[in-house]
Amino acid sequence: MDIFIQQLINGLTLGAVYAVVALGYTMVYGIIQLINFAHGEVVMVGAMVAYSVIGALGPAGLPPLVVVLVATGCAIPVCMAIGYAMERMAYRPLRGAPRLAPLITAIGISIILQHVAMLIWSRNPLAFPQIVRVESYSIGGATITNVQIAILAISVLMMAGLAAVVYRTKLGTAMRATAHDPRVAGLMGIDANRIIALTFVIGAALAAVAGVMVAEYYGIAHYAMGSQLGLKAFCAAVLGGIGNIPGAMLGGVLLGVVEALGAGYIGDLTGNVFGSNYQDVFAFIVLIGVLVLRPSGLLGERVSDRA
Amino acid sequence: MTRTSVLVVALALAAASGCSDKKAPASGKVSVVIGSVAPLTGGIAHLGKDNENGARLAIEEANAAGVKIGGRDVQFDLISFDDQADPKVGTTVAQKLVDTKVSGVVGHLNSGVTIPASAIYNGANPPIPMITGSATNPKLTEQGFKNVFRVVGRDDQQGPAIANYLAATVKPKVVAVIDDATAYGEGLANEVEKTLAAAGVKVLPREKGTDKTTDWKAVLTKVKGESPDAVFYGGMDATGGPLLRQGRELGIKAVFSFGDGSCTENMKQLAGEASDGLLCSQAGIPPQAASKKFLDAYKKRFNIDPILYSPFTYDAANLLIAAMKKADSADPAKYLPELQKIDYTGATGRIVFDAKGDRSDAEMTIFTMKAGVLAPIAIIKSGKTVKYEDFIAQSSAAGAGDAAKK
Repeated sequence: MDIFIQQLINGLTLGAVYAVVALGYTMVYGIIQLINFAHGEVVMVGAMVAYSVIGALGPAGLPPLVVVLVATGCAIPVCMAIGYAMERMAYRPLRGAPRLAPLITAIGISIILQHVAMLIWSRNPLAFPQIVRVESYSIGGATITNVQIAILAISVLMMAGLAAVVYRTKLGTAMRATAHDPRVAGLMGIDANRIIALTFVIGAALAAVAGVMVAEYYGIAHYAMGSQLGLKAFCAAVLGGIGNIPGAMLGGVLLGVVEALGAGYIGDLTGNVFGSNYQDVFAFIVLIGVLVLRPSGLLGERVSDRA
Repeated sequence: MTRTSVLVVALALAAASGCSDKKAPASGKVSVVIGSVAPLTGGIAHLGKDNENGARLAIEEANAAGVKIGGRDVQFDLISFDDQADPKVGTTVAQKLVDTKVSGVVGHLNSGVTIPASAIYNGANPPIPMITGSATNPKLTEQGFKNVFRVVGRDDQQGPAIANYLAATVKPKVVAVIDDATAYGEGLANEVEKTLAAAGVKVLPREKGTDKTTDWKAVLTKVKGESPDAVFYGGMDATGGPLLRQGRELGIKAVFSFGDGSCTENMKQLAGEASDGLLCSQAGIPPQAASKKFLDAYKKRFNIDPILYSPFTYDAANLLIAAMKKADSADPAKYLPELQKIDYTGATGRIVFDAKGDRSDAEMTIFTMKAGVLAPIAIIKSGKTVKYEDFIAQSSAAGAGDAAKK
């Protein structure tokens, strides 16, 4: 039982990160039906910027928490700027183009970001400074660390904050209106371009925080770390129903838990014919299963609510 | 006195014969060119320079001692090229060496560069002997090239070495083996599993990640449930670091052991405090275990200590020279057979090649991470484990014995 709880904790932590990244995909898709494949790279840039800031602040002897906060505080605006620039230069000029064209520019941006990061931060895996002291707590035989608790708490807070913005504020109303019909929203006096740019910027800010969390959690940052994470988060968004904000949260958490349980139990279930390396296969079988039964994702029907 | 006069006559004769020979250099010596290739720029440039230094030292010593081949004095010249640790550059540089008709090559450093370059040396007419002092991938000598040799161990000798050490010292009942599903990681893990099973240790069903996995928690949680006494991981330090750290975070008390891909100083940063007590293996002996004669000469010549593979490239260059002396020719076609059956004692101990060109009975070294520093603790040779201190004592005693004989 303690192993089951432990796998659940592992899965929830991973899932919370997926969920935060998935929000970026789903928000952009919701508003302009674009799959922003460069979103994973924004997560990576967030981690890398934080890495450099922590390295620079290292000798100053500040309390660890302050250093992490400052690093995150630097990563967020950098990612927001990248998010904005990306939208302005690679997506807005193609707004009226066939849907495949911006998909290709998205892949292009992703490759460019990866290689620029490689030039700046080298191709070596970077040891992300472990400045927050890891403390382990025991729950029913399973251990949970303070970093895991922090990741869960921050993710929940960010998701709640985003939900509040989308469903409770004027900006959120404008976002939902633009998602619904940009032209009519424009007639109502909403500057659709501004709202779309803001969506990118908010998504990028979430990605920056996710990047710092992932790097701090695993103690490693790498110029290619974004692609794998981005792909998983994208799947989580589709699983939950792309374009749907609660769906992305649900999809992320679900994917994380399925992966952890898959890695933990697939060997036992198949009599060790398949090992833990099939955890992704297991996760994607679940994904295909869900999509066959519900092509629009778990919460995908509430199309009018997408933002 | 008479001796001096004989010498004078001899010198005069030599000078006279030198004058009559049109092509010989002014010194009256024949030039034999040996190539050295290693990355001299980029991230591992320091290791490349170390390799070059080893070869350079051997050649300078041979020149100082004076070598006669085919009845004539020989001057060895080293030409050094930079392969940038890049297979494409490596093959270009190899072709350059072939075109300049070098007599032999010491290099390259990386397996990934050495393997494609070896085909170029093999394709030359006649094939040019090459000896690597650092490429450990088994494939290199599995290509069937007769001109390819290596003086370090192979990755598939390493698995049994670390597994045996683990079995003998930790005495585990249950061991979990994890790999990164790459040719290197899985191959090494298979060797470890085989050896452990043969030693009567229970090995848990293999767990796997990928060479990009950073989240090992699910796998490790499962492993923890089986409470193994030791964990072996076959993979590189970029994935091994997080694995080790997460293992300790989950409260796994087992001994962690890695192969050479994760046996780097990087582990300190990547795994933090969790790296303490890590056991890991490297193919070959650590440089500080090389012969004292070599260590002193290196330090004197280059004003630094050898870093990693220079004792091996030193031996590689000396092997080429020794084979040429035996064959009494610097022609690759003529001295290659002598190189194949050579029996030579160098800075890294006795060297004999097997049919594939691998070093027979290559040593493996077991390291442990202590306070952020990788310290050698044992040397394994011919299935026998020797404590590192004893190995050093033995080799220095042997060195003293050699000196006494002379």
